[in-house]
Amino acid sequence: MLAAFICRKLNSMSSLPLRLYPAKPSKVYLYGTCLIDSLYPDSGIAAIELLESQGIEVIFEQAQSCCGQPPYNSGYAHQAAKVAEAQVALFPLPIPIVVLSGSCAGMIRHHYPELLIDHALGAFCERVFELSEFLYHVLNIQLKDKGAPERIALHTSCAARREMHSHISCQKLLQQLTNVTLVEHQDANECCGFGGTFALKHGDISAAMVQDKTHNLLSVKVDRYVSADWGCMANINGALAKQQAPLEGMHIASYLWQRMGGEKS
Amino acid sequence: MTFAPESFRDNVSQALKDQQLRQNIKGATDYFAANRQRTVAADEHFEQLREQGRLIKQRCLAKLPELLEQLEHKLTANGIKVHWAQTTEQANETIAQLLAQHGATRAVKGKSMVSEETELNDHLNARGVETLETDMGEYIVQLEHERPSHILAPAIHKNKVEVAQIFDKHIEGLGYTEDVDALILAARHVMRDKFKQADVGITGVNFAVAQTGTLCLVENEGNGRMCSTVPDLHIAITGIEKVVESLSDIPPLLSLLTRSATGQVLSTYFNMISHPRKSGEKDGPKAVHLVLLDNGRSDAFGDEAFRQTLQCIRCSACMNHCPVYRRVGGHAYGTVYPGPIGQILTPHMQGLDKTQDLPTASTLCGSCAEVCPVKIPIPQLLLRLRMFAQMPDKDEKPVVAGQGAGRKSAEAFIWWLWRYFHQSGRRYRLLTYMLTKMRWALPRVIKPWTDSRELPTVAKMTLHQRVKQRQRQQGAKR
Repeated sequence: MLAAFICRKLNSMSSLPLRLYPAKPSKVYLYGTCLIDSLYPDSGIAAIELLESQGIEVIFEQAQSCCGQPPYNSGYAHQAAKVAEAQVALFPLPIPIVVLSGSCAGMIRHHYPELLIDHALGAFCERVFELSEFLYHVLNIQLKDKGAPERIALHTSCAARREMHSHISCQKLLQQLTNVTLVEHQDANECCGFGGTFALKHGDISAAMVQDKTHNLLSVKVDRYVSADWGCMANINGALAKQQAPLEGMHIASYLWQRMGGEKS
Repeated sequence: MTFAPESFRDNVSQALKDQQLRQNIKGATDYFAANRQRTVAADEHFEQLREQGRLIKQRCLAKLPELLEQLEHKLTANGIKVHWAQTTEQANETIAQLLAQHGATRAVKGKSMVSEETELNDHLNARGVETLETDMGEYIVQLEHERPSHILAPAIHKNKVEVAQIFDKHIEGLGYTEDVDALILAARHVMRDKFKQADVGITGVNFAVAQTGTLCLVENEGNGRMCSTVPDLHIAITGIEKVVESLSDIPPLLSLLTRSATGQVLSTYFNMISHPRKSGEKDGPKAVHLVLLDNGRSDAFGDEAFRQTLQCIRCSACMNHCPVYRRVGGHAYGTVYPGPIGQILTPHMQGLDKTQDLPTASTLCGSCAEVCPVKIPIPQLLLRLRMFAQMPDKDEKPVVAGQGAGRKSAEAFIWWLWRYFHQSGRRYRLLTYMLTKMRWALPRVIKPWTDSRELPTVAKMTLHQRVKQRQRQQGAKR
């Protein structure tokens, strides 16, 4: 309680996000996210392998579905709240909940308190970590790069950057890879134009935004780009594929696991 | 482009095709953002300053009714007459009457977004009053019979060449030149004569200090000082949310305003207007009036969350950093206040029925809130407006006018169905299992997504299934 209070106090005084991280746990919950579940399960398996390789037991609750962000962002908070309530009930043990997306982690950590009235929610939200944040700050992971030399760019989702501040942990992790050169692209902090239902409700603005994002990524001539959010990557990869451009994004879980020499999952 | 938020979608498709417009806006907003970044990075206390700014504005809003009364009392004691206007029509009518009383027919104007809000120029012109905008950007858009596309830089959508063409067309004897200094000088010559002839100066107000009855005006060109000192009559117009408690509230807010807007540590001019010309004084207006406009602000004030909208000090940093504004420009919104602040402010002025496309036109990326000098949680307020837009209007007095206007029963049903399948783990797994089985039968075209992107394909097995399979295999190995 006191720690959380001091944390809030310091946060209000500093531009740098401050969060108290727990000691390395023996087990964690994994929150796979709905996009990874149905569209990109490889990234989920890679995350499990990666965490297990660090001696962590991974608990995957079979009843998990979605964090509720799609209806919440569309103005249907009451529908989102019911799903959010069901998710919270799935993670009773006092162990970290590792989320494979910056925006879903941001939703659970920062927006569940707006949706639900639950006196224990504060402690629950404190247990929510985005994967790269967990690997870097909690595990203090030391990555051994076994891959060939390559140049990559990093795309950070807006929620990862502005809600979870995990763009920093992503950068730090990628910089640990000795054969990987991380290249900064223009307007890296600007949104890719996904925004969930925004891409459908305002398709032309969204298209203009992703055009610029793909242009900037292609301009730095990298071998691939990496991101911790499949929402953005569905958008950016989809646009790159439509343009038949020779670039594709990879989720940070898959990428790190591959660079560490893990089997392709 | 049509000046109405209902035309947002049409305006957007027009704006997106205009490559010159997009280039002009990107260049200018990049420039403002870089200047802001440079100043902010050099100031290690900027975050504390933002927090201070937020607290000042929230304190002043918490006692808004008292402060407004105090302001009126103090201004009156200082010899400045205060007029209240609930609607834009009332504000225009008040000003028109003041001009008639003074026999004023030639007005010079400093930049005032509130006067844009009331469409004061049109109203006065119709009554035979000549109005001249004296802010350089505002002058450019007035020459072209356009509206400002940015609250700080009204002509941000024009580049140097376009301005050169406009001046060549409108200013006699200038001839075509792209020399910026020559262009500015030519406009200043036009204005100098008008300042001398004008019988009324009309300006906005950045901060109105309740304790002392002082009107503060921030500007860079000196035209605001001319408007408020040269003509015999000065009329200031502003929104009720501009009142602050004391003079000590001003330095932090002024610092935040100029740093966030242009990256300036201080503006070139800062005017403090506290009374009309006193006997024995050689210059200054003989009469000063203040028009305080509500126009929906008190509705926003009535809701604790929406009240934060009124913290705005009109710096324009949110639009300079907004990926949507940076691509479509200010005119596309069809509103006086474009960009993120306009998206959360205009629904309270015009109702959610007319503005229902504004709250959805955001990815909620948060770059506006990140730079807002008074920490308005713009994405949260957009979300709140989205919620009210689809809410069935059951209350007698709605929180936002026109609430429920965006409700579509098909969409409501989709989210009901979505909730049904995601609330229970079993139903969710059944849904995703069906998706994997039907993966080849799913549509390959979903408009407008597939106009510029490929669709992702559903995996053969979900992560849920893969984890289960993996556990079985590992169990078998052991």
